[in-house]
Amino acid sequence: MTHAITVTINGKPYAHQVEPRLLLIHYLRDVVGLTGPHIGCETSICGACTVMVDGKAVKACTMFAVQADGRQILTIEGLATDGRYDPVQEAFWNEHALQCGFCTPGMILAAKQLLERNPNPTEEEIRHGLEGNLCRCTGYQHIVNAVRAAAARMGG
Amino acid sequence: MATTITKTETFVGKRIRRKEDPRLITGTATYVDDIQMPGMHYAAILRSPHAAARILAIRTDAALRHPGVVAVFTGKDVEGIGPVPCGASLPGLRVPYHSVLARDRVYFVGHPVAVVVARDRYIARDALDWIEVDYEPLPAVADPEKALEPGAPAVHPEWPDNIAFTYHQEAGDVDKAFAEADVVVKQRIVSQRLIPTALETRGVVADWRSGEKSLTIYSSTQIPHLMRTLVAQALGLPENRLRVVAPEVGGGFGSKLNVYAEEILMGFVAMKIGKPIKWIESRRENFLCTIHGRGHVDYFEIAGKRDGTILGLKLKLIQDLGAYHQLLTPAIPTLSVLMMPGIYRFRNIRAEVIGVFTNCVPTDAYRGAGRPEATHGIERMVDMLAAEIGMDPAEIRFKNFVRPDEFPYATPTGLSYDTGNYATALEKAMEVAGYHQLREEQKKARQEGRLFGIGISTYGEICAFGPSPATPAGGWESATVRVEPTGKVTVLTGSSPHGQGQETTFAQLVCDELGVDIDDVVVQHGDTAMVPYGIGTFGSRATAVGGTAVYFALQALKEKIKKFGATLLDSDDVSFSGGVCICNKTGRTVSLAEIAAASYRAAKLPPGTEPGLVSTYFWEPPNFTFPFGAHIVVTEVDRETGAVEIKRYVAVDDCGKVINPLLVEGQVHGGVAQGLGQALYEQAVYDDNGQLVTGELMDYAIPKATMVPRIETDRTETPTPVNPLGIKGVGEAGTIACSPAVVNSVVDALSPLGVRHIDMPLVPEKLWRLIQKGGQA
Repeated sequence: MTHAITVTINGKPYAHQVEPRLLLIHYLRDVVGLTGPHIGCETSICGACTVMVDGKAVKACTMFAVQADGRQILTIEGLATDGRYDPVQEAFWNEHALQCGFCTPGMILAAKQLLERNPNPTEEEIRHGLEGNLCRCTGYQHIVNAVRAAAARMGG
Repeated sequence: MATTITKTETFVGKRIRRKEDPRLITGTATYVDDIQMPGMHYAAILRSPHAAARILAIRTDAALRHPGVVAVFTGKDVEGIGPVPCGASLPGLRVPYHSVLARDRVYFVGHPVAVVVARDRYIARDALDWIEVDYEPLPAVADPEKALEPGAPAVHPEWPDNIAFTYHQEAGDVDKAFAEADVVVKQRIVSQRLIPTALETRGVVADWRSGEKSLTIYSSTQIPHLMRTLVAQALGLPENRLRVVAPEVGGGFGSKLNVYAEEILMGFVAMKIGKPIKWIESRRENFLCTIHGRGHVDYFEIAGKRDGTILGLKLKLIQDLGAYHQLLTPAIPTLSVLMMPGIYRFRNIRAEVIGVFTNCVPTDAYRGAGRPEATHGIERMVDMLAAEIGMDPAEIRFKNFVRPDEFPYATPTGLSYDTGNYATALEKAMEVAGYHQLREEQKKARQEGRLFGIGISTYGEICAFGPSPATPAGGWESATVRVEPTGKVTVLTGSSPHGQGQETTFAQLVCDELGVDIDDVVVQHGDTAMVPYGIGTFGSRATAVGGTAVYFALQALKEKIKKFGATLLDSDDVSFSGGVCICNKTGRTVSLAEIAAASYRAAKLPPGTEPGLVSTYFWEPPNFTFPFGAHIVVTEVDRETGAVEIKRYVAVDDCGKVINPLLVEGQVHGGVAQGLGQALYEQAVYDDNGQLVTGELMDYAIPKATMVPRIETDRTETPTPVNPLGIKGVGEAGTIACSPAVVNSVVDALSPLGVRHIDMPLVPEKLWRLIQKGGQA
């Protein structure tokens, strides 16, 4: 048995028939073909699958595709506008805030959410704000630097 | 913060942001699970729930009845392929046959038993529940010391003592050194089992083209070429009919420096079903079945004089190997022995290694691979000796360092340290940390009853693996540099970077040598169909060995560029720099792009010169390199909770010359975070039945952003003569240096309670109990 869903992803409408158990992350990756969000744990701990659902950062491995019916989704692929990187993306590049890059799409969206809620965060607030996203490569220091730099750039 | 560069500047030595990043920050990179192919099928693997059991029967019919299930394979189906290879050899090494699927017995929890192939990844996982296996559970042993006790369950029935090998190394006169010592300190030190936890789990896509009789395997690996050779052998496939591609790889840390059952199995499945097959490891499988690291129980004795002179060291090293040898499993503890003397001058050393089978997943190379264990041991023992004789831990180190005029320094374990300036690194770290002032602060804190500690580790490591005679599969690296007809430059490297940034650092080398812009250079890697044979990325080797190969390829290429330039300029006296060839007599110039076009057009070839601008170099390193440094950590332990606060972390590292300081800092930060994980948080725990208790990220604590302090990095720069770039390598330094610095700091904090040693991880509960008992374990 499948359900019809319509979802707006990165500004484009999509309509699909999906199984009720299909996870949002598998819908995005395997059905829609947006492989920017990654699967690192399937238990909502690592945050590699983070996407924005109606403006809120959500771990797409613990949400069903049917729950996204009628909603607006932003994935990392939709973050740059008119060929220009989002300030958070640019800051991650400038500050060497990524190595293997696997956590990066989720980390950038989590950082973006953090800055929307707190435009001028302290280092401690940044670290707490990113606690739901694991990175095994960077030791987080350059990620923290990037979030600070993005905050400064965005006039926080 | 990265800097931008104009074309006339040199690129080497600059903080240049990475060429890799645009695809990674936009989500457009292609990791193995991002690969989709028409007709692709999905595999899931049924794994043993028992650490030791006989398999009495496997029933697959219920699974096969489901219309979405295409095939199920068990041990009897794969008798003709394998085994999973071990590349290390030691005299008398016992090597159990490591079949790709269990046959009549399972040896650890997670041991692969059957492969399901389905049209959909959800059905493949469902079908695992429809396979019935009758097991007869057997006694298991998960602790390497218990495995050595008489009467312990035999992991492999043919070797009831559970000993895979013993290894002895000795130098100097150890008995005399200990007899003459004023002080002997003994300590059992555990370097616990760790789970590497690359954020991307492993995964394999296999694609068989029956018409061409060729197989392509996409694998999240650090060693595509070695994998090609070994998987071709395991499958009985001619090597030239196998292509291995390492696509974007989401971290490795040694865990992908291996050939696993799954690469062989997926190749087999693809050939059987004639369709592309994908297997993606779940995180739980990653914890159960991908190699673990460390797993040492070390019995140390250090002998010294009252003036702080170290006389000798004894070590009995018990290595938990797990149930099988993966690619390098038995070699890792021998690397520990090589680095046991650290950076100190004593000459008397005795090491006994016992490699022990347990009913656990194999251990193998994890970031540092043998060196963190050695460094943790020697750095703890030096601190304990200092404490015993009442000497400052910095002072005892200065007294025993190998001196700058003693290089190349022949170690008692048979290595030749290239260069070092150990005292300078420690002095710098002490200066950055404000060491003497910190000791004053500590006095005050102790008067207030606070548990305030200062820890030092002065580490040396062995990198840039390595000279081929001392490296299992050869230790050279290959590079091809190609100037295309339009003047754009392509580099092919046998290194296989997966986060380290060699697409950028190698491009920096090219820019300076050929005078091109960094956007004009593309560095390709990881595809055996595209890149000449190479060794791969591990052991902090990619830049020091692979980068040197690029450098030599560039030198040969420049000679050829000059020959074409001379022909075009009709001159016999030309030089090449800044991207142009110039006639030294007339001043006329011709650009690299013009030379490239002419070299391919080949209308007029210089005498004895072939068309095109391509140069390939296989570089064999004459020695390893030996980076070093000093880390100083300030901690305070909360008496009420046992929690450790890292108040300062100072890292002074010397990795020789540096191509890109921004990337070096990133390597140090990441390395320190992993060392910190071992020191404070991480431990793979098996219960007595061999069940992995820390089987998910919920239970196994890799550091989060709040758990890592800001790291103050600095460097000294002592170039190596081993390669012309003077580069030593930096990938593992942070991990190797960190754990002893943290533990030394916390032991120092608790030393007023009489604490001499604590085993990692220093979790609050452990420290709280120690504090409650007044420091008595």
